[in-house]
Amino acid sequence: MDLSSISPTLLVASLMVAATPILLASIGELVVEKSGVLNLGVEGMMIIGAIAGFAAAVGTGSPIIGFLCAALGGAALSLVFALLTQFFLSNQVATGLALTLFGLGLSALMGQSYIGIKPPASAKLGLPIISDIPILGPVLFSHDITVYVALALVAGVWWFLKYTRGGLILRAVGESHDAAHALGYKVVKVRIMAIMFGGACAGLGGAALSLVRVPQWTEGMTAGAGWIALAIVVFASWKPARVLLGAYLFGGVAVLQLNLQAAGVSIPVEYLSMSPYLITIIVLVVMSAHRNKAALNAPAALGRAFHASR
Amino acid sequence: MLRLEKRPNPSKTWAYMAPVLAVFATMIGGGIMFAVLGKDPFEAIRTIFYDPLFSEFAWYYRPQLLVKGAPLIMIAIGLSMGFRAGIWNIGAEGQYIIGAICGAGVALAVYPAQSAFIFPTMIFFGALGGFVWAMIPAILKTRFGTNEILVSLMLVYVAEQLLASMSLGLLKNPEGFGFPGSRNLQQYASAHNAELWTGTGIHMGVMFAFIAVIFAYVLLARHQMGFHIRLTGESPKAAKFAGVNPKRLVVYCLGFSGALAGLAGMFEVSGPSGQISIDFNVGYGFTAIIVAFLGRLHPIGILLAGLLMALTYIGGEIAQSSLGLPSAAIQAFQGMLLFFLLALDMLTNFKLKLASAGSHP
Repeated sequence: MDLSSISPTLLVASLMVAATPILLASIGELVVEKSGVLNLGVEGMMIIGAIAGFAAAVGTGSPIIGFLCAALGGAALSLVFALLTQFFLSNQVATGLALTLFGLGLSALMGQSYIGIKPPASAKLGLPIISDIPILGPVLFSHDITVYVALALVAGVWWFLKYTRGGLILRAVGESHDAAHALGYKVVKVRIMAIMFGGACAGLGGAALSLVRVPQWTEGMTAGAGWIALAIVVFASWKPARVLLGAYLFGGVAVLQLNLQAAGVSIPVEYLSMSPYLITIIVLVVMSAHRNKAALNAPAALGRAFHASR
Repeated sequence: MLRLEKRPNPSKTWAYMAPVLAVFATMIGGGIMFAVLGKDPFEAIRTIFYDPLFSEFAWYYRPQLLVKGAPLIMIAIGLSMGFRAGIWNIGAEGQYIIGAICGAGVALAVYPAQSAFIFPTMIFFGALGGFVWAMIPAILKTRFGTNEILVSLMLVYVAEQLLASMSLGLLKNPEGFGFPGSRNLQQYASAHNAELWTGTGIHMGVMFAFIAVIFAYVLLARHQMGFHIRLTGESPKAAKFAGVNPKRLVVYCLGFSGALAGLAGMFEVSGPSGQISIDFNVGYGFTAIIVAFLGRLHPIGILLAGLLMALTYIGGEIAQSSLGLPSAAIQAFQGMLLFFLLALDMLTNFKLKLASAGSHP
């Protein structure tokens, strides 16, 4: 065992890359849940995004088009969820599960001819001078563009929810759809837009996984990342800034356990691989133990179906 | 414009019709998917739904129906209890794995002793393993209010890693030439979950699946616990006034479904599968969620739905070898079924009404 082989600089740098897929998916899900909808299909939308983005990037040679297609793919699948829960008033938990099961199957089907292919490398931030600063350069300024897009998205969502009229309407719909309806807001329309935003973000997250983080396509490659994203939203008590904290925390755990595996720590590989999931559980327990604080911030209408009975 | 109107009571007719229609809608949707994949949709649908039952080789496939259906039915029966009461155990796959590890572990610990007590002990520990694994989300929920959906699901990944560790380490076959995986329990008479009657496919697990169906039916229809489960699902407020203890319900529902999933895993590892290996689990725990919903969370419905889902597994395998249909297509097909079911379910609770634009200002 040789712990000195783990470089703190590289650890922090790879943490940001490792956290990005989860960060993208959870900031999307945060908006969905703020509108009062619980979409448990994040895992399914993520993996559809992963394969759609991968296929498009390999097909066109352009990672940008790959990311666009990933967002479209995720949004398209979320539209099925929106249709079922908003118009057909189906149970949100069951529909989310269906989305995940279907997404995993469909992605495996779509991805058959892409196993073992390398995707085109996506652009990295290459600022002159700044990217070459020792330590700070590799840690902060020379990542893939996706890392910065995700950060910008978190800031954007925070600003949107806090300072814009649209954000206020979205939160109103999530807190009390009946009151929002009575005020004349289109509850279903707002929710569908939120669901599609969440789908697009999850799709981007999936593509960040298959095009940047791994980068290749394997069946079921999300391996629970979508579910961890859901847990992070709970951890963050529905606050964008804390989503960032949560995602980086989990990114850190994921990277650290990989580094420990590589350093040959005497703990068996399988037990190290368990750690992100176990830590998710522990964090959920800690969060829900102070349930008053967390529960106060959960959108009041979360998971409840809305039907305007005139 | 079409308009939805809430029914005063859920429609009985539609409750029965929705699953049937969903299956037909999935055949059409799946047919389109197969056509996109460049396969003849009619041939594919016939291969999946008809050939396992009535083709030349049906004698081989029909027993498979019970072999594949039994774990699905057993797990789905357990899940349906919780789903009725709004307790979402979606980690049955993990409980299934742990049940298999515990059951097989007992056998491998006493190998090569032969005794009539070994198999019953394995059954006990299989159920216990699943039960304990399900108790983790149950106790975290009752004690700290932690979301049981996320915890039970996270534990699936933990169980998968544990399975990998077991098949590479502790339970690895010492005479296996270094290959991962345990000894084959099919070659260990006292631990083998053999067919009870040759050629029928009926093993002990199939019997247990039928017992589970009957047990669940009686519990829901006749026992106070079943009444509490139904009451909590239909009206949590009324359940509170009736003195239902929600925490006890969480423990019962998760424990029951965990034990059944563990049993299913144990019967699978000692019978059809034979050994603990890295890819021992094939997703029965997740497919059982579809089975539970397709069966309307009703024991008899689940029995039929489990057999139907087993049919798609077998038909899918046939289509894989004869038509070159990818195995993932069947997974997508099963997911599609749940979508259609959830969509058509609306008609159980709502009426579609044709509304002219002027009549409702």
